[in-house]
Amino acid sequence: MSQITVDRKLCDNHGQCAIAAPKVFSMNDEGVLEFEEIFDDALLDEVEEAIDVCPVQAIFVKD
Amino acid sequence: MGQRIIVAGASLGGLRAAEQLRATGWEGEILVIGEENHPPYNRPPLSKEVLAAPGTPKEVLSKLAFRPRRSATGIQWRLGTRITASNLAGRTITLDDGEEISFDGLVIATGLRPARVAVPGPLDGRHVLRSIDDALALHTVLLPGTRVGVIGSGFIGCESAATAASLGCAVTLVEGRTGPMERPLGSALSAGVREMLSRRGVDCREAVSVVAYRGDGSCTGIELSDGRTVSAEVIIEAVGSHANVEWLQGNGLDLGDGVECDGHLRVLAADGQPVPCVVAIGDIARYPDVRNGLPARRVEHWATPTDTAKIAAPALVAGIAGRTPAEAPAPLPSFWTDIFGTRINGVGSPADAEETRILEGDPGKPQEGVAVGYYRGNTLIGVVNAGLPASRHLHYRQLVLDAGALVTN
Ligand SMILES: Cc1cc2nc3c(=O)[nH]c(=O)nc-3n(C[C@H](O)[C@H](O)[C@H](O)COP(=O)(O)OP(=O)(O)OC[C@H]3O[C@@H](n4cnc5c(N)ncnc54)[C@H](O)[C@@H]3O)c2cc1C
Ligand code: SF4
Repeated sequence: MSQITVDRKLCDNHGQCAIAAPKVFSMNDEGVLEFEEIFDDALLDEVEEAIDVCPVQAIFVKD
Repeated sequence: MGQRIIVAGASLGGLRAAEQLRATGWEGEILVIGEENHPPYNRPPLSKEVLAAPGTPKEVLSKLAFRPRRSATGIQWRLGTRITASNLAGRTITLDDGEEISFDGLVIATGLRPARVAVPGPLDGRHVLRSIDDALALHTVLLPGTRVGVIGSGFIGCESAATAASLGCAVTLVEGRTGPMERPLGSALSAGVREMLSRRGVDCREAVSVVAYRGDGSCTGIELSDGRTVSAEVIIEAVGSHANVEWLQGNGLDLGDGVECDGHLRVLAADGQPVPCVVAIGDIARYPDVRNGLPARRVEHWATPTDTAKIAAPALVAGIAGRTPAEAPAPLPSFWTDIFGTRINGVGSPADAEETRILEGDPGKPQEGVAVGYYRGNTLIGVVNAGLPASRHLHYRQLVLDAGALVTN
């Protein structure tokens, strides 16, 4: 399992992460980000892509 | 000696290329060479938050610098170094200090530089916006009450006009031949953006251009094509860009508008065949719109370096190994812009539309929530929405994906 955090002060609710890794990130009806802090390592590639496409670099992988 | 890939240009494209080469399994040398002194950094805030409130130069850089992927190890960076020439057949490049370096593979990611307005008049007071240094220099002169003339009403012109107005400057926007962001947005939404700018005090001059700058030594005003004159001490020139292709001259490439590529981002020679072991990515790459069966074009948006690096890196590594690359996905372009806090999101190829239809809301009031569909024939090829929650944006993106002949992911 792996873990991420999103810096809510940085996050601008662009929603790009939800396109790259929809199993981990989603946008609720108000357009606010929701995400799974802990996810299966099989999703690591998708999550790396989500980190790449976040325009404000708000997503961090935790060690 | 091991094999070496040179990445030319150390911005978002250069970084993503290096990361994707490692992700593809390239274990040889990766040397990234870039003219700017800064490590790769994020440009979109330069016309928005950072132009409004940059903080110290050190703070700006720590805010904007990209965090490379952790898997991207062993990458060599040579910053503050310009590539002056190349010999693609001989597989060498030449640096500004005369050094020649050989490569087994080359990634072209040298991007764009702003075009300038070629009219008579003083040079002092005229700014462009592409780099951190440009943004810092411009910020110091955007004082409350300063009269600012913004030339050009594309993304960067509109965003910097909005930012300058929010800082209390008296802003005139010299729109040029087309209205605010009209090429990507179409006329209805463009008129809505003009309305947003005007309501916040930006003086939008429709269908006029600059004929000359006024002033002795330093700019004091702008002469317009409609015969009027506008006072302005600070000029922001946002009239498009030139691709940084000069170092590629002499290799028989078509460099008329960036670097021409195939769907794998492999650079094409004049005979239409790929040049061995050379790819181009990001703003400089002109590649076919496979999704809509349209000719090659450049896509100057933030998502492009990342999208194209993902395709180009495996194609380059395959080429070096003498293999043909696997079939390439057709990325769905996307962009965003912020005007006075209203987010405008685009997906697909709205600029190529034959017809637009309103999907929801009133394009005259983008800040209240609107979505416009862009069609060729009866096919939805793009959607732009403004002032809507991201969940709506994802919904419209899915509609474009579903309508397209090709679905990437
Ligand atoms: C002010 C501004 C705001 C923007 N806002 C948005 C936005 O809101 N939304 C959006 O989607 N996109 C936006 N963009 C566009 C986005 O930033 C670009 O698409 C992206 O930067 C392209 O990256 P690139 O690496 O292809 O090219 P570039 O970022 O242009 O990088 C090219 C690099 O190559 C270097 N170089 C050039 N020639 C040489 C040479 N001969 N030798 C060595 N190095 C060289 C340059 O110095 C530069 O560092 C904005 C751009 C700007 C300038
Ligand atoms: S892409 Fe970044 S800014 Fe957008 S919702 Fe995800 S974390 Fe937030």
